[in-house]
Amino acid sequence: MRIVRERPAATVGAVLLALFVLMAVFAQWLMPYDPHQQVGPVFGTPSTAHPLGLDDGGYDVLSLIIQGGRISMEVGFAATVVAIVLGGGVGILSGYFGGATDTVLMRITDYFLVIPDIPLMIIIAAVWGPSLGHIVLVIGMLLWTGTARVIRSQVKSVRERVYVQRARSLGASHTRIILRHVLPQVAPLLVANTVLTIAVAIFDETALAFLGLSDPTAITWGTMIEHAFDRTAVSAGAWWAVVPPGVAVSLVIMACSLLGQAIEDATNPRLRVAHLSIRGFRIRPVRPARAEA
Amino acid sequence: MNSTEPAILEVRDLVTHYPVRRSLADAVRGRPRRSAHAVDGISFDLRAGELLALVGESGCGKTTTAQSLLRMVEPTSGTIRLDGRDITHLSQRRLRPLRRTMQLVYQDPYESLDPRFRARQTVAEPMLVHGIGSRRADRRGLVDELLERVGLTPPELYADRYPHEMSGGQRQRLAIAASLVLSPRLLVTDEPVSMLDVSVRAGVLELLDGLRRESAMAVLMITHDLSTAAHFADEIAVMYFGRIVERGPARELVRNPRHPYTKALLSVVPARDPRRRAVPRILQGEAPDPANVPTGCRFASRCPSVTDACRLVDPALDDVSGSPGHEVACIRSEELASDSAGKVVTT
Repeated sequence: MRIVRERPAATVGAVLLALFVLMAVFAQWLMPYDPHQQVGPVFGTPSTAHPLGLDDGGYDVLSLIIQGGRISMEVGFAATVVAIVLGGGVGILSGYFGGATDTVLMRITDYFLVIPDIPLMIIIAAVWGPSLGHIVLVIGMLLWTGTARVIRSQVKSVRERVYVQRARSLGASHTRIILRHVLPQVAPLLVANTVLTIAVAIFDETALAFLGLSDPTAITWGTMIEHAFDRTAVSAGAWWAVVPPGVAVSLVIMACSLLGQAIEDATNPRLRVAHLSIRGFRIRPVRPARAEA
Repeated sequence: MNSTEPAILEVRDLVTHYPVRRSLADAVRGRPRRSAHAVDGISFDLRAGELLALVGESGCGKTTTAQSLLRMVEPTSGTIRLDGRDITHLSQRRLRPLRRTMQLVYQDPYESLDPRFRARQTVAEPMLVHGIGSRRADRRGLVDELLERVGLTPPELYADRYPHEMSGGQRQRLAIAASLVLSPRLLVTDEPVSMLDVSVRAGVLELLDGLRRESAMAVLMITHDLSTAAHFADEIAVMYFGRIVERGPARELVRNPRHPYTKALLSVVPARDPRRRAVPRILQGEAPDPANVPTGCRFASRCPSVTDACRLVDPALDDVSGSPGHEVACIRSEELASDSAGKVVTT
């Protein structure tokens, strides 16, 4: 909460993200029309009945945006869960055990890190066939590397703390030390990484869908853009079929980035630059000390 | 002190070396891998209820000794027996249940407590690790009892505090409480008071002293403060450069130091009576490089009474005649004993 108060950008991001999440959750009740039904003329212009117009099939664009947001965000979140579990797991194991484990895991990470994401995603998605489940896996499998690196370096420092040593001297098992002492210390960093990964995952999903590699029957922001592109929305001058999903994707990514970076700033002392700025030298009113935990 | 009683801790020729990184050039030239001799062959016994103080300057291997005894650092050679059982090469997994019997209190209570754990959780953790007190209420009762025992009274006032809400002395008491939960037979304390304010040191030391008397726990206290050691310990072992150079009953060792190093240490302890002041003997020279151990006596480079023979012979720990239990590693100890050097001088 402190994060939100000190960084207005974080508030903007948090509010925006919350709005999109609420929109996805309550999609059923928010959609003015059934997104699978033709409700008007093909490429009907925006009007009071259809604020964002109609697309190539005569479907209501606003309803599609709401429904598509739901699936786009589901895929984004699911892929992020895959990425964070993988990245967090690899990072913690690598940083905690060190030695050969570290070397092996980090070489694998390096390998994934240097692969250009999008081309590989395209190949895997094409080979496995179009399905949302595959998209989730593909994105998740390529987005964990950054998290693994960041978490590893943090864990390496935490494992040398005396209280971790003390837990070891008490006879605590590795599992116990990791879960009770190490994980809580890196949790904030993990949260920041999660939020940042969501943005990339949603972007990647849109990109794959735009290339026609997602499930063609599912409505997502990406498939909306793809359909608009394929079915001559642009040449028909129907900008309302392309712009709204694009704006929606941009807004979600921006929201995640703002919020994620704010959390990262607040939790990673190395990124804090205040002490280097002139502002840092101002005498500030003493605030009552707040509990860190 | 009954020497027929079996020792809780038996250490024989303990050696711990740390590998020193060799440069690529050295590796190519085929120079041998070097190692820093942090602990280089020390032996001692520790019996129930006994308090042994390991004294020495920074970098002499005291902490490495403690860490090696508890197998937090792997010893290079030698044997460590805990209650007669050789634990030197036991795997960490098989060592885990034995950790109940030996506990370590760390130097810095600001670092050794998890900042996210309340006092109650810190004390309860060892119980959970070793499966003591299966019921929540049992654990609660035991935690309260322990907090009370270490002087954090009333327990309900402290049980829900986080470390940052406590003073240094209180934290160290909490750390001690967490070590005592398991009723260990051996407690190793690594400079338990050096990070604490002078005003609370005595309290924490009294606590440790009382606890070992109550529960017949063996205590190994590591310290650089000879006056503390003299006051609380039964026996003192003076370490220099990875070796024990002098060992003996606390009183005897302080009154009648035999090793020039012990004498130098004692000469800088302020006397209670300012008129009775020893001439401080500040050591000159530098301690040798731990990766490059000299032949002969390790103290030769700084010893005020050094002779040529000292640089050739590496003295072993030998009994001091006429003083049972007192051992010293110095080839000149007999001749220097009659000397006035190092004796307390009245001015």
